[in-house]
Amino acid sequence: MAEEEITESVSEEEEVSEELDPIIVERISILENILSSYDISITSFLGEINIHIGRTDIIDILTILKNSPETLCNLFLCLSIVDYEDRFEAVYHLQSTTLNHRYVVKSSLDKDKPLISSCIGLWKGSDWYEREGHDLFGVIFEGHPNLSPLLLYEEFEGYPGRKDFPFNDYKEW
Amino acid sequence: MTNQQSLNSVDMLLNMGPQHPSTHGVFRMVLQIDGERVMDVEPYIGYLHRGSEKLSEGEQYAQIVTLFDRLDYLANFNNELVFCMAVEKLMGVEIPERAEYIRVILCELNRISSHFLFYGTMGMDAGASTPILYGFRDREKIQSLFESVSGARMMHNYFRIGGVKEDLPSDFFENIYWLLEEIKQGVDQADSLLSFNEIFLNRTRNIGLINTEDAIDFGLTGPNLRASGVSYDLRKNDPYSIYDRFDFDIPVGDRGDVWDRYFVRIQEIRESIKIIEQALKQIPDGEITANVRRIARPPEGDIFVHAENPRGDFGVYLVSDGSDKPYRLKIRPPSFCNLMALRHMMRNAYVSDSVMILGSIDIVLGEVDR
Repeated sequence: MAEEEITESVSEEEEVSEELDPIIVERISILENILSSYDISITSFLGEINIHIGRTDIIDILTILKNSPETLCNLFLCLSIVDYEDRFEAVYHLQSTTLNHRYVVKSSLDKDKPLISSCIGLWKGSDWYEREGHDLFGVIFEGHPNLSPLLLYEEFEGYPGRKDFPFNDYKEW
Repeated sequence: MTNQQSLNSVDMLLNMGPQHPSTHGVFRMVLQIDGERVMDVEPYIGYLHRGSEKLSEGEQYAQIVTLFDRLDYLANFNNELVFCMAVEKLMGVEIPERAEYIRVILCELNRISSHFLFYGTMGMDAGASTPILYGFRDREKIQSLFESVSGARMMHNYFRIGGVKEDLPSDFFENIYWLLEEIKQGVDQADSLLSFNEIFLNRTRNIGLINTEDAIDFGLTGPNLRASGVSYDLRKNDPYSIYDRFDFDIPVGDRGDVWDRYFVRIQEIRESIKIIEQALKQIPDGEITANVRRIARPPEGDIFVHAENPRGDFGVYLVSDGSDKPYRLKIRPPSFCNLMALRHMMRNAYVSDSVMILGSIDIVLGEVDR
């Protein structure tokens, strides 16, 4: 439900701006073609292509984006976790070093039990990003071999990246 | 401990850091060694974690520029540029031509300054104590020019959302002319002193190898990736700011060893000089800031902007909810990703080479830990 809302709000802003770049339109149509059998929605905002994932395993989409000759996203740029009021969102930024395309893949996570598949088998470079996501946000990446704390120390309690973490009255000693 | 060694050899764990002069900051690695060979290495980071991303959520956009200075503290202008570009793109601000040129000139100077420091520390790691003096000498001249422009050697807080803080000082163009001459001499000196030195070549050739596929797989960017033979530079591949107006080359290595990573950077200094010289010829007169409200309030939405920093692909993912503070700010630090490949590069290296391999990645812990 929540995901549909954000899709609508993005597409509203898209209508306000001028007509889309023909290159972006072409890329979106290619994407819709190769991802046609999955539950996704594709929007574009300020020249970026956002792929919102519904009830599909994110690994399927990422594998296609990495291996398909039209996209060839071989470079794992960034993984961000965003804490919205009703959900977490995992945002993957993927880049192709040969085609110079960049795609944004967004997947909503449950607020109470954030759980998502690890993509360490696709890109080794996602290792520390996932550990960081577990460290600061408490997101569990299924299939990651070692989700030990990365930036925080072992005894640290709580997830300081989250919005509800008591940031200002936190006392270390 | 997982791999079974032959009967009479026992693996030993050797702890390096967090306070160790050759780790270039507070970085700890535990080497698992068998005799003189490194079998495995486990890096530990986070000693410098200040929560910059979380801090940003409580600051107004103009204040965050100061936090970005403190990420990659050897490339302050480049960091500021990425953040300002992200906010400007979300707000749809066109910045004046003169401000674009000032930004490019300062960013390229900062790249040279950062690479000079790398040249010095690289020699130091190899046991040559002379280059660090020359490297710092040339770097200091650039930092003095920065001081005349922004008022501070480092931590400039000079770029603003919509332009720069103030115009260049009146003697800037005369000073930079002489500075570039001195930098050119400095690079030539680096080449004659270290680059093709027989002993240095023996210490660096075919050490810390990483091939093209692995380099991309680990998410290496910047000079480290180009040393492995991938011509990927955002200034050419996806030109931001005004980089499409300049004529320059992308130096690429062929083996992906320590020497390639060193020499790509030395060549990059020369390319940066080319860019600065062209920018100095083209720079127009005019305004230095766009007409932006003093308190920036970008519209709702999210944007990812990245640029080529001295260490690689520095990115910012900015989520705005329409208020004067960002809802979420995620930083993609290039050193963070480059450091992930350390384990791969160090396997089966000699213990004495491990310092060279770490040094050749050119990490800055300020941005690794954020």
